Amino acid sequence: MDDAQGLSPIAAGLWAEGPPPRLIGGRKANGEIVFPLPDEPLQPLERIELSPTGTLWSWTSQEFQPKPPFSGPEPFEPFLLGYIELANEVIVESRIVGASIDRLKLGMPMRLVIVAFDDHRSTYAFRPEQPA
Amino acid sequence: MSENVYIIGAGIHAFGRTEGRSGRAQGVFALRQALADAGVEWADIGFASGGSVAAGSADIMVNDLGFTSLPFINVHNGCATGGSALTSAHNAIASGMCDVAVAVGFDKHERGAFNAKPSGYGLPEWYGETGMMLTTQFFALKIQRYMQLHGISRETLGRVAEKAFRNGALCDHAWRRSPVDLETILGAPMVNDPLTKYMFCSPAEGGVALVLASEKKLRELGSDGVRIDSIAFRTRPEGSFEVFAPSIRTPPGGKPTVLASQAAFEQAGIGPGDIDVAQLQDTESGAELMHMAENGFCADGEQEEWLANGWSEINGRLPINTDGGCLACGEPVGASGLRQVYENVQQLRGRAGARQVPRDPKVGYSHVYGAPGLSAVAIVTR
Repeated sequence: MDDAQGLSPIAAGLWAEGPPPRLIGGRKANGEIVFPLPDEPLQPLERIELSPTGTLWSWTSQEFQPKPPFSGPEPFEPFLLGYIELANEVIVESRIVGASIDRLKLGMPMRLVIVAFDDHRSTYAFRPEQPA
Repeated sequence: MSENVYIIGAGIHAFGRTEGRSGRAQGVFALRQALADAGVEWADIGFASGGSVAAGSADIMVNDLGFTSLPFINVHNGCATGGSALTSAHNAIASGMCDVAVAVGFDKHERGAFNAKPSGYGLPEWYGETGMMLTTQFFALKIQRYMQLHGISRETLGRVAEKAFRNGALCDHAWRRSPVDLETILGAPMVNDPLTKYMFCSPAEGGVALVLASEKKLRELGSDGVRIDSIAFRTRPEGSFEVFAPSIRTPPGGKPTVLASQAAFEQAGIGPGDIDVAQLQDTESGAELMHMAENGFCADGEQEEWLANGWSEINGRLPINTDGGCLACGEPVGASGLRQVYENVQQLRGRAGARQVPRDPKVGYSHVYGAPGLSAVAIVTR
């Protein structure tokens, strides 16, 4: 599913293609990591490629169609999203694919994938390492 | 605090939807009611502070109330609008600037979930485009993790909403005035798992005003006043988990509510066990549960027992959200924080009618929380 081949990333500089693909974050002087790398950083940030794997920190579903600026394909399809903890790096918010909500568990291993957002754009998501 | 400050008048325009009446007109309605309650005239007011998020500036109210040349500060501070107005009015009296001041908050929002512009929050466009920039998601994500960590059930989430609608049915300023049973709440369409339609508050309309006075003025008028023992307003600390966060520090940092709560208790010189009635931000069912713990009223996970035993009901050991809270009143953002204080003032004065907390409550606690991570707590006593 979600073959993202040939699609344009929804934004430049969000992830490095790999393989494996990795999100791009920024490391502050104090070692703290932020995602995404801001366009106009107000402090010096070292560009770093984040871990392609992590663990599930929380999750929810989006059951209703958000108002703009949401620009997903019509008709709206509910989707899952959550936070993935990248060990010793940062907790990132992401779509979740390849899972049904009742199988999700705190701490389950997750992996970054690049997926289709609509007919011409791709975005990032995490999916369970083991089919869920 | 340098000088005791009292709330001597409280007014409210019913929350909900009032077609054909602007948010500001609802604020003026509340303000006139508060002045009458306090037994003072608009010309007696030495300072005013107030505002809305979506219904314009408050100082235009002088068109309706009279051109008395008083200093009037407009507040536009998101969910803390009411709390900020109250802080300013309180400080004006505590500092000796004047003897009578007002704080007013009002609002009128469009229907449906709030939609925020990414650039307004310093966030990239893709974050909004991909559908991750919704306040409702944040609340669901925060309670989902909390439920997993602390063993909170979906039934308990449902009981919070059931209590809110039951209390709202007894309250004349509430919007939702009909009880809804637990089965209906749990079986309603899901908005963001685990939160169903009945577990979220809705944007709404309404206005609230409070008249504050010095001790000298209180005695002069012989007012039925409630003393403000503390007001603490805190923005988020480093690494806290808040709305609109594409990433969170690991491990996450502190919480603005915990900081505001601790500061308020410290200022007042009392603890959670001394509170007789509490109004806690309940943007959705999970928020009330988490805020019970963040404000120090129970340990993480104990909410399961509290809700099952009815300890936060009007006749329970600590009545919480006695007017139905945001869930039953809706959330006109600029007015919502002052509604909580209004409710405590009415409860302490024994004027809460069908929803009156029994046994003569003496100490009230109110807590508002909002984007992008701020909290304000006020403790009042009579």
